[in-house]
Amino acid sequence: MTTEQQRTSIVWDYAPAPEATDHVRLADRYGIFIDGAFRDPAESRYEPTLNPATEQPIAEIAWAGAADVTAAIDSARAAQPKWAALPDRDRAKYLFRIARLIQERARELAVVETLDGGKPLRESRDVDIPLAAAHFFHYAGWADKLRYGVNAREVAPLGVVGQIVPWNFPLLMAAWKLAPALACGNTAILKPAETTPLTALLLAEICQEAELPEGVVSVLPGGGDTGATLVRAPGIDKIAFTGSTAVGRDIQAALAGRPTSLTLELGGKSANIVFEDAALDQAVEGIVNGIFFNQGHVCCAGSRLLIQESVLDEVIAKLWRRMGRLRVGDPLDKNTDVGAINSAEQLQRIETLVAAGEGEGAHRRTIACDLPEHGYWFAPTLFTDVSPAHRIAVEEIFGPVVSVLSFRTQAEAIEKANNSRYGLAAGIWTDKGAKAFEVANALRAGVVWQNTYNHFDPTAAFGGYKESGFGREGGPAGLRPYLKVVR
Amino acid sequence: MSRRLGHVDRVGVEERVAQLGTRSIKTTAKQQGIRLAVSMVDLTTLEGADTPGKVRNLCAKGVCPAPNIPEIPSVAAICVYPSLVATARAALQGSGVKTASVATGFPAGQVSLEAKLRDTEDAVAAGADEIDMVISREAFLAGDDARVQQEIARIKDACGEAHLKVILETAELGSYDHIRHASMLAMEAGADFIKTSTGKASSGATPGVCLVMLEAIRDYGDRTGRVVGFKAAGGVSTSKEALKRLVLVKETLGDEWLTPDRIRIGASSLLNDLLLQYAKTETGRYGRPEDFSKE
Repeated sequence: MTTEQQRTSIVWDYAPAPEATDHVRLADRYGIFIDGAFRDPAESRYEPTLNPATEQPIAEIAWAGAADVTAAIDSARAAQPKWAALPDRDRAKYLFRIARLIQERARELAVVETLDGGKPLRESRDVDIPLAAAHFFHYAGWADKLRYGVNAREVAPLGVVGQIVPWNFPLLMAAWKLAPALACGNTAILKPAETTPLTALLLAEICQEAELPEGVVSVLPGGGDTGATLVRAPGIDKIAFTGSTAVGRDIQAALAGRPTSLTLELGGKSANIVFEDAALDQAVEGIVNGIFFNQGHVCCAGSRLLIQESVLDEVIAKLWRRMGRLRVGDPLDKNTDVGAINSAEQLQRIETLVAAGEGEGAHRRTIACDLPEHGYWFAPTLFTDVSPAHRIAVEEIFGPVVSVLSFRTQAEAIEKANNSRYGLAAGIWTDKGAKAFEVANALRAGVVWQNTYNHFDPTAAFGGYKESGFGREGGPAGLRPYLKVVR
Repeated sequence: MSRRLGHVDRVGVEERVAQLGTRSIKTTAKQQGIRLAVSMVDLTTLEGADTPGKVRNLCAKGVCPAPNIPEIPSVAAICVYPSLVATARAALQGSGVKTASVATGFPAGQVSLEAKLRDTEDAVAAGADEIDMVISREAFLAGDDARVQQEIARIKDACGEAHLKVILETAELGSYDHIRHASMLAMEAGADFIKTSTGKASSGATPGVCLVMLEAIRDYGDRTGRVVGFKAAGGVSTSKEALKRLVLVKETLGDEWLTPDRIRIGASSLLNDLLLQYAKTETGRYGRPEDFSKE
């Protein structure tokens, strides 16, 4: 071969780079976690949890029933006065321990999160697990400063809290809920999602390792019926729920007239607004991160993309080309950008809404990529020619599907962004500082990102307006839902 | 006419390169990537102490970097000062390796345009296939875009058939907005390649700088249809860093750009690290620096 041929014949692609899984030790079966120990559920019911990328079962998971809910509440109730009476710094000490143990077991937790939920390892490794540890660190620091966080002279915990978390960020959402609840002196009963219980159960192991007093944290895996029982059970002082708006409504109706406080973090159809004076290449990155992060299974996903008409074609061309570079496939591969859809049920919901989008006349483009034979997959999809009345512009798809709408002026952008029954998050892309603040103030959304998207930090409050729920998590604002002001 | 800058968001650029920096390049991807990187090296010596003997040695190294690893290709070019172009040209005869020369009062560029043209003409007359010029940072920073472009255009004319690489010296430009703007000026004025640095400034081809320039090349290509190449120079001295630059190219411009016709890496010490790392993928053992000749 001549030098010239040698030089021009080199093709270069990334070789498969699967994360090792041999360091992960999962049990075949996990029970419910009450009184600081794992045990069989009263009805001895177990269900498999699947790897959505292969449809293979990973482990058998207990399905908690009504008797288990009662047992957990009794245990949490018994533990609560002692937990609250601990010196504040001692509660902090336990939270610091949990945070450090999450860091120590980060690699294992990342692999399990990816196996159980289908999200790319790059995300579980670089986002979910580090942020979960960061939340425990953050609230550990608040444990002896509670009254400064809520501007009160004296505060007290609420008591026993029930916490129901979704399947999109299983460990991270558990951390968002448990860390402030425990820092404030409450005891907690955590109900992980049906399709992703594993990391919550590993977190229960971590609570054991941290020698957290018995009953301070209980974990009740199960399904929607388990959650519904927990919500309706007597003896719960507060419910914190993250999940769909439909279930949120049901919970609020069930708790009406009862002395149980409630916070809800529900769905969204968040507007990501690109102005003509934005740094367009970085905006495109933000659009991609806003909607394809975690396969779009993000309540605050930037699923309604609003682009100023003067740059509409340019941004769509850049976005479409960028989408073509997304690497879809094995979530355990370190170079995968988009992993598996979390469940067959969710895949069906995405397919239904995408079909509705096509039926209503929007223009669909889906990137060409080889999808694995088994498992649940949906390739990143872009809809243009979307009218604000289309279902895909109104309803939450919760998948890797972005709907593009255009606007002409700043006022129109604000009007369109706010024209939604949701109000969880929004993104603003502009190089003009004054405009960014003006628009942010006019948006009815709990979180507004400027020149970035899907950026999370334990110090920042997160929560919604309107049908996206109420209550805030993160930062000092995240203490308030777990405290009552005594005087 | 007053200058209008495009918008580049520094935080966004750095997040993007940090994310691409986590790409895992292992096994066959590492081997192929290293071979590709070798084929893109502009093996460079730019010292006051350079002699014809040293340049001849470097040329031999560039043509056949690792005699006992036959699958390692030749480098793309040997890059020297104008006075040594004839020596390099003779040593590289028939090898397919190009002769490149810095010119235009390298590295500061603080000489008259006439001197820059003369410098360029000398190098071309001595047989340089490629000319690496520096832009007038003083004109750029003073806002005189017209002078920056006129100089590039004049030097491009002086190059004749030789390819022109335009060095922006990004460390002296102050911001990503400026780097993008300077990239566009250079391409519009006729650059065949745009290049990050002289290697003599405080920093060089950082990932962020490379990304901004690659995006400018892509957008310019979209607008005009003309392909402009990219040369990363300054600070890329390890295989790992070189592969990270190739990741940026692959994911910004696409696979068809992964060729020495379009991408170069200017370096002196990088080549031996590429060879060491390649040997390691073959043998499983880390080699010693003495395993390969210095030049």
